Amino acid sequence: MRMPSLRSLKSALMTFFMAAATVAVLLPLVIIFAHIVKMGFSSLSPDFFIHIPKPTGESGGGMANGMAGSCILIVLASGLGIPVGVFGAMYLVEYGGSRISNVIRFAADVLSGVPSIITGMVAYTLMVVPMKSFSALAGAVALALIMIPIVLRTTEEQLKMVPDTLREASLALGVPLWRTSLRVTLRSATKGVMTGILLAIARISGETAPLLFTALGNQFWSKKLTEPIAAMPLQIFNFAISPYEDWHRLAWAGALVLVTLMFALSLTARYLGRNKYQS
Amino acid sequence: MNNNPAEASIGRASGSREDMVSTEAAFRRLKPERGVSGDFIFKGVTVLFAFSILVIIAIMVVEMVDQSLPTIRKFGWSFVKGQEWDPVQGSFGALPYIWGSVVSSILALLLATPLSVGTAIFVTEIAPKKFGAVVAALVELLASIPSVIYGLWGVLVMAPWLQQTVQPYLIDHFGFLPFFEGAPYGVSMLAAVFILMIMVVPIITSIAKEVLLAVPQSQREAAIALGATRWEMIRMAVLPYGRSGILGAVILGLGRAIGETMAVTMVIGNTPQISLSLLSPAYTMPSVIANEFAEASSKLHGAALMEIGLILLGVTLVINVLARLLLWGMTRRARGGAR
Repeated sequence: MRMPSLRSLKSALMTFFMAAATVAVLLPLVIIFAHIVKMGFSSLSPDFFIHIPKPTGESGGGMANGMAGSCILIVLASGLGIPVGVFGAMYLVEYGGSRISNVIRFAADVLSGVPSIITGMVAYTLMVVPMKSFSALAGAVALALIMIPIVLRTTEEQLKMVPDTLREASLALGVPLWRTSLRVTLRSATKGVMTGILLAIARISGETAPLLFTALGNQFWSKKLTEPIAAMPLQIFNFAISPYEDWHRLAWAGALVLVTLMFALSLTARYLGRNKYQS
Repeated sequence: MNNNPAEASIGRASGSREDMVSTEAAFRRLKPERGVSGDFIFKGVTVLFAFSILVIIAIMVVEMVDQSLPTIRKFGWSFVKGQEWDPVQGSFGALPYIWGSVVSSILALLLATPLSVGTAIFVTEIAPKKFGAVVAALVELLASIPSVIYGLWGVLVMAPWLQQTVQPYLIDHFGFLPFFEGAPYGVSMLAAVFILMIMVVPIITSIAKEVLLAVPQSQREAAIALGATRWEMIRMAVLPYGRSGILGAVILGLGRAIGETMAVTMVIGNTPQISLSLLSPAYTMPSVIANEFAEASSKLHGAALMEIGLILLGVTLVINVLARLLLWGMTRRARGGAR
C-alpha cells in the first residue's frame, strides 16, 4: 500500500474544484430556467395568445399584438439582413483576396460585439429622425444591423467547407461563376447556411434594447409599418418593471413563450448544422 | 429529382454517352455572352454587401460623433469628469454612469472568470467526452436566453431574495466595511454584478472551451509522458498554450458586460451616484440611454446621451479589436501547429 503523493492529492483537489465550478455555473442557469417554466405555465392561458394587454387594473389580457409585432419585425429584418449577409459571404469566398477578406471578417467580428443599444441609437438617427416617427421599419433596420455580421460569418464558414472540386467541375463545364456560386456552392451548403440564419433569428427575436427607441412598442395593434409597433421583448420589459401582479404574470408567460421559441430555433439549427462535408 | 445541381453536374460529366451529349448541350446553353454581364452584376452586388460591414461601422462612428457634437463642444472633458446630471438645468456629467459600468463589469468579470475557465477545463480535460459535450451544449443553450428574461428573473426573484437574505447578512457581519454599508434595497450594484456574472459565464465558457480544444494533443501527451499528474498537465501544458486565447475570451466577456443593457437596467436601481457600497443602487451608461433616450427633453439632453453612447461604442470597439486579435492569433498558431 502506497500513500498517495502530495502531487496526486493536489491533482485530485483541483479536479474537484473544476467540477465544483461547473456545478456553480449550471446551477443559477437551471434555477432561472426552472422558474420561467413554473411561473410561465401557471400564467399561460388561451387568452394570452388572442388578446392584447388590458388597461392597468383589469385582469386578463395577453400579448397577441406583441407576438404579431415581433413576427413582423423578424420578417422585415430578415428580408434586409439575410441577403446582405449571404451575398457578402459569397464575395469573401469567391473573390476576396486574403487581405481584404480578413479585414471584412475582422470588422464583422468586431461589429457583432458592439452593444445592441448602440445599433438602436444609430437606427434612430438614420430612420426615426428623418421619418419623424418611431416605426416598425426603424426597428427592423436596427435588428438587421445585428443580423448582418452573424449571417455573414456563419455563411462564409459554411461556403468554405464546400469542396473546391464541386466548384471546379461546374466552372469546367462553362457555367459562369455567378451561377456556379448560386446553384452549386450555395445550394450545397444550404443546410449550414440555414443554421446560421436560424441562430441569427434566435438572437434578434429576444433583442430588446435596440427596439426601445426605434419600434418603441404599442399598446394596441399597429396598422402601418410607419407606426410604432409592439414587440414581445418590449412588453416583457415593461410588464416586469411595472408594479402590478397581473402584468408580472403576463411577463412570465411571455418569457416562457420566448424561451421555448429560442430553444426550438437553437435545436433546429444544431440539428441542421451537422455538416455533410465534415468527417 | 434534380435537387442537387452539384451532384447532377458531376454525374453528367463522368456519365454515359447520352449524358455526354446532354453535357455538350448544357455547355452550349450556358456559354452565352450574357454570362459575362451576369458575373459583373454578381460581383457588384457581392462587393457592395461585403463592404457594407465596413460602411456600417463607419456610419456608426460618424453619426454618433456628429450627434454628440453639441455636448462635446459645450462641456469638453468636463463631460466625463462631471458628476451632475440635470436635464432641466442643462448640465451634464457622465462620471456616475462610467463608474457604474466599470465597477459592475469588472466585479462581474472577477467572479465569472474562474468559474468559466474552470468549467471549460472540466468540459475539455476532465469530464468523459459525452458528458462534457452535454454540459457544453447546455451552457450554449442557456447563453441564448435573451437578456430581458435574465432581467425579469433578476428583478422579480433575485432582488427580493438579496434584500431579504443576502444583504441583511452582509450588513450584520461585514457592515463595518465601506463596501457593505447602507440599507438593503435589493436593487443595487450587487444585484447588477450577480446578474452580469450569470450572463457572461456562458459566453466566456464556450469561447474558452474552443480555445482549449485547439491546444494540440501532443502538448498533453508530452506532459503526461514526463510523468505529470492531470493538474500538472493542465497547468504546465494546456493553460500556457491557451493563455492568449483565454485572455481573449475574458476580454470579449468584458465587452459584453459593459454593453449589457436590459438586465442591468432592471436590477441596478438607476440612481446616478458614486458609492463604494455594493448595496446602494447605481446606474450604468447603457441603462441611462435605455431609460432617457426616447424621451430626451432637449437637444442638449439627446446629445449628452449620444455622447455616452459614443464613449460606449469607443470602449467596446477597442475591447473587441483586442479580444479578436488575441483569439485570431491563438487559432492561427494552433492551426499552424497541427500541420
